[in-house]
Amino acid sequence: MRTTGRPAPAVSTSRGPAVITARGYGWRHAGRKAPALADIDLAVPAGQRVLLVGASGSGKSTLLHALTGVLPADSGHHTGELLVDGRRPDPARGRSGLVLQDPESQVILARAGDDAAFGMENLGVDPADIWPRVDAALRTVGLGPGGGTVAEARARLTRTLSGGQKQRLALAGVLAMEPGLIALDEPTANIDPASAPVLRDAALRAQAVTGATLLVVDHRVDLWCDHVDRVVVLDRSRIVADGTPDLLTDPGLRDLLRTAGVRIPGTPPPPARRPAAGGEALLTARDLAVTRPGRREPVAGGIDLTLCAGTATALVGPNGAGKSTTALTLGGLLRPAAGAVWATDALLRTHRPVPRRREPAAWRSRELVTRIGSVFQEPEHQFLTDSVASELAFGLHRARLPEARIRDRVEELLGVLRLAHLARAHPHTLSGGEKRRLSVACMLACSPPLLVLDEPTFGQDAATWEGLRLLLTAELDRGTGILLVSHDEPFIAALGAHEHPVGARTAVGAA
Amino acid sequence: MSTRVPRATPLVRCNPVTKLAAGFILMFAVLLSVDVVSAGVLLLLELALLPLAGLPWRTVVGRTWFLPIIALTGGWSTALLAEKTGATVVDLGPVLLTADSLTAGAAIGLRTMALALPAVVLLATIDPTDLADGLIQKLRVSERFALAALAAGRLVSLWIAEWQVLRMARRARGVGGSGPLSHLGAFFPVMFALLVQAIRRGTRLAMAMEGRAFGAPGRTWARTSRFAARDLGLLAGALLMAATAVGAAIATGSWNLIV
Repeated sequence: MRTTGRPAPAVSTSRGPAVITARGYGWRHAGRKAPALADIDLAVPAGQRVLLVGASGSGKSTLLHALTGVLPADSGHHTGELLVDGRRPDPARGRSGLVLQDPESQVILARAGDDAAFGMENLGVDPADIWPRVDAALRTVGLGPGGGTVAEARARLTRTLSGGQKQRLALAGVLAMEPGLIALDEPTANIDPASAPVLRDAALRAQAVTGATLLVVDHRVDLWCDHVDRVVVLDRSRIVADGTPDLLTDPGLRDLLRTAGVRIPGTPPPPARRPAAGGEALLTARDLAVTRPGRREPVAGGIDLTLCAGTATALVGPNGAGKSTTALTLGGLLRPAAGAVWATDALLRTHRPVPRRREPAAWRSRELVTRIGSVFQEPEHQFLTDSVASELAFGLHRARLPEARIRDRVEELLGVLRLAHLARAHPHTLSGGEKRRLSVACMLACSPPLLVLDEPTFGQDAATWEGLRLLLTAELDRGTGILLVSHDEPFIAALGAHEHPVGARTAVGAA
Repeated sequence: MSTRVPRATPLVRCNPVTKLAAGFILMFAVLLSVDVVSAGVLLLLELALLPLAGLPWRTVVGRTWFLPIIALTGGWSTALLAEKTGATVVDLGPVLLTADSLTAGAAIGLRTMALALPAVVLLATIDPTDLADGLIQKLRVSERFALAALAAGRLVSLWIAEWQVLRMARRARGVGGSGPLSHLGAFFPVMFALLVQAIRRGTRLAMAMEGRAFGAPGRTWARTSRFAARDLGLLAGALLMAATAVGAAIATGSWNLIV
């Protein structure tokens, strides 16, 4: 790596894979009582591939951020020692590259080539070397020219990339920096499962090319466990197990792993709920066409569907087929582009007053909340208040239920969700899994006969996955109808959902 | 961000910094004087040279259709409010228009057009990344500021989609209706939620940028911002246009300096 005109040539002092040493390291976020990390002792030799697993909120991401030096020093307090190549981590040295969870907040520039070049520019790489390295990195992550020219691959607009492609572009930017440590923080959590192996393979290629030390945090243990040298398990801020991937199948560690919220690969799937035989119809769609908000062109059409009580239906299909849009339309949040959606008497007359019209899109929001509960992909989008308890009570207040009943229902939900100890916590401060459980519970609060959920298990740990399964199975058993948008085959099977393919009329095949 | 890639005419290929400078020259010429001739001549020249921007007509119309409306509104109000000297043209009680007030109105209307047209058209040919490169490398604007603004600007384009999601999410929770009044009432809560999301996303973006060594000393540039002969041409052209307009106004005696 050549450098030009750098005052302090810190970049090229150490090359090759990075060595990590942690001795009694701990970190406590400012304003929190409990530490995010405590007593971390870890020695990672150069070039090792390590998978970090554990429940959401166990400290995995914090450890990764600390190792890559992006934890702002004034945002908390540290104890002990954490060293990369014998020095305190500093991203400005270019020894580490970090890929984060949210694809949208990692795209920095408008064109793919410029984005991949960003890290090298910051490190002061000679401009003559930058473009060959950009091209090589784009090719390694599968964003190379393909049939086109190199210039086309560089000029590709980043906003046209799918989530999985954006993640791979971020990886290319990191790879081109030739770091000694590649750190991936839940890189597959926000992309569809079909794209996840493509991203993993790109990461493994990047690691093989550079020989860099690789640290991956991911809930999808099965995706990585055959490709790493070592697995480190965190539970409540501490390392509780550390060894070869074999530890995941060690019977002696099963209970420990379960407590830590780790999805053990090869675990037999939970018993599939038997698809219920025709409950009462709740909502029917005939020749429905749906369109994204603000667009005219329908994204999917010809949808004929009846949702019944006590039955789960899963909308399946490739990315961009319009599954989420269909769910929003059936949930009464978007107007149909064509065709019709109507509620049966069973759904309409659940509560008083009865809406005048049968189309959910024409209902008032307070009429909707007691009939159809829509759970969005991003829990934070739906939080409206400043505490878990008031969040649960919110819909009940909107539905104008008596105060005593509201209090009882909130108590009950807090118990079922194991959130009682967090009743006064601010929803935004919860862990990912807790936020997910809360967002589902908010919609359950008003006991709507129909639930609509968009990718509820995306990026969730094993404990949350199991919690959602139990919660939704219980809802089905008491006669709630469920519409699910999901790529998660085991989850669809566990709920015994009927699969309903959504016509990819204008679908763009995005890997 | 420009949505359509314009044809690569020499004007389009000019350095964004030059385009900004040319825009300022034209703006200066328009702002010097309130008269029909200088603004009119400049507007005619701008319209004649419009094809140089390489934009499809559809794009030009899409970006400028509202300019005549603004110009007419401005011109009309000026005509109504200007001093009523000269021959009376229209007298309908409260509506009194004289030759001088109509001239003043026309001058304001033409000025609005001559001012806004180059700004809108030149901006449409500027690529934000190239602009940031030019500002940093040629005008020595702080790279931290320019690059952070560039990256943040990309997030703004996500806001519209996010706004719609937040509105739907609120409706799902039982808040807000669909009438215009409830739209108005939901504005501030949704805006606040959007702000919260924007800050969280901005924080993550900052972390992603820092994770790629943003802010390390001794940055280099993968793209070099260059000035070429055509940049000189653009500046000369803009100066010539400004001089022609001012010259014509002085020659016809309508020059009316406003300082």
